[in-house]
Amino acid sequence: MEYEVIIGLEVHAELSTKTKIYCGCSTEFGGDPNTHCCPVCTGMPGALPVLNEKVVEYAVRAGLATGCEIARESKQDRKNYFYPDTPRAYQISQYDLPLCEHGHVDINVGEMSKTIGITRIHIEDDAGKLVHDGYTGGTLVDLNRAGVPLIEIVSEPDMRSAEEAVAYVEKLKGILEYIGVSDCKMQEGSLRADVNLSIRPVGQEKFGTRTETKNLNSFRSIARCIEFEIARQKEVLESGGVVLQETRRWDDEAGEGYAMRTKEEANDYRYFPEPDLMPIRLSEEYIQNIKDTLPELPESRRARYISEIGLPEYDAGIITSSKHLSDFFEAAVAVCGNAKSVSNWIMTDIIRIAKDKGVEYNELPFTAENLAKLIMLIDKGTISSAIAKKVFEEMVETGENPEKIVEAKGLVQISDEGAIKEVVDRIVAANPQSIADYKAGKDRALGFLVGQCMKEMKGKGNPQILNKLILEHLNK
Amino acid sequence: MISKEEIKHIAELSMLNLSEEEIQKYTVNMQDIVEFANKVNSLDTEGITESAFALDTFNVFRKDEVRESFDREELLKNAPSSNGEAYSLPSMMN
Ligand SMILES: [Zn+2]
Repeated sequence: MEYEVIIGLEVHAELSTKTKIYCGCSTEFGGDPNTHCCPVCTGMPGALPVLNEKVVEYAVRAGLATGCEIARESKQDRKNYFYPDTPRAYQISQYDLPLCEHGHVDINVGEMSKTIGITRIHIEDDAGKLVHDGYTGGTLVDLNRAGVPLIEIVSEPDMRSAEEAVAYVEKLKGILEYIGVSDCKMQEGSLRADVNLSIRPVGQEKFGTRTETKNLNSFRSIARCIEFEIARQKEVLESGGVVLQETRRWDDEAGEGYAMRTKEEANDYRYFPEPDLMPIRLSEEYIQNIKDTLPELPESRRARYISEIGLPEYDAGIITSSKHLSDFFEAAVAVCGNAKSVSNWIMTDIIRIAKDKGVEYNELPFTAENLAKLIMLIDKGTISSAIAKKVFEEMVETGENPEKIVEAKGLVQISDEGAIKEVVDRIVAANPQSIADYKAGKDRALGFLVGQCMKEMKGKGNPQILNKLILEHLNK
Repeated sequence: MISKEEIKHIAELSMLNLSEEEIQKYTVNMQDIVEFANKVNSLDTEGITESAFALDTFNVFRKDEVRESFDREELLKNAPSSNGEAYSLPSMMN
């Protein structure tokens, strides 16, 4: 039986405000347990929350960047549940009047482009952290993260595969980084997703029963969890069973999901309006102001790179997927003016270096300006592309200016025809077999001779002139 | 009408163990509370716009400025049990 997979995601992003959502405690990551806490965020009776204005601004920014309608009137609600990571025994969230609704983002998977609907974006507070106490076997509660502001972005059930789900989260991550509302560090849990998934036989209109897997914090675990859950639901249906509506967890190490005990998932939150917080009313002027100051979004940069700069669609998509990488690209192009070359260096070497070193694109060991200088040295003919690779490796190690590296190591390209001809004559004379091979149709012989000459010249020979001179010999 | 089953359900969500006697008592209490709240429903609200708040106050915001957090020792004085750094509970993980 062929099945269709239906996926919707709830993405939680921690907002990069300086303080928590309802108190002045710092949101800084790390810090000794319970040192970023006060009576408000530890839920002491009588403590009154006051909403951080930046939280509203950031949520509206996220809404506008994803094409949402912004609510002119919005409120906050209590979502009641009993768990020790939430000391008030309720989370403050938004129930029926979220700040943003009815948005969308476009994703690209391979050649296909697709629009994913966004149902809503609302604000809420994060929970604390429970840590196993190895000493007593009990559980320790650290409330430093309790009260850190979150936006929850709820999608429509528009995705049909793990690939689409990952592309959607990548797209959201890019947008949130661009508009500067979240640092989206998945390894620190500041961006995480819940996956709602059901399957139905192709052609059937009625949705199957869906499960929700909570708290996935890497692209890899999102993809693996989805593949696992699809296979599991298929197996259940095909053995004549029924998929139960349940909340599940994903064990990334074991590579499998499991259902939470029913006690843990009492989905009866008894929402009611938060009486300690007044409604939020947003004026046209306030919303327009945020709209006017929204930075250029990845979609627009991507289109510009394709139409104005002439980058291939694939390259433009990769470069604009990260704000830091795209900023790096623009900074380098501004200096050297050679966008194609900058793009090539990014696609081949820079992505690899960032991956090897495990750094973000704003933490590369060299500057965009120095990459631009390196490209200018090639464009002016001062060094060959082969030498440039060596200079680049040196830049990666030391962060040094490429002009200085070229000078210090004496890597300036030799373009003097006389000097090159002298080497070519010598090498060709020493390799009569190669000439015979070439004449017999073995093109490899040309490459061999070029290689020998380059070696002799320590890689500094101008390759165009070298090629030309060898061919003159061979075609005599 | 509030049923005993509803009280049991709410108690379970709140992780409370209630005795049969307490269930009986809270069922009556809760019934009184609901009846009291129901009085609001008997008012004539014709021509009054729906709202979630009684006050006409809105946009009570705070600037995003860090204030010194509380002294941890002071905070943990309210914990039934702590290890000096964190609130300490019976095991929640198994
Ligand atoms: Zn606080």
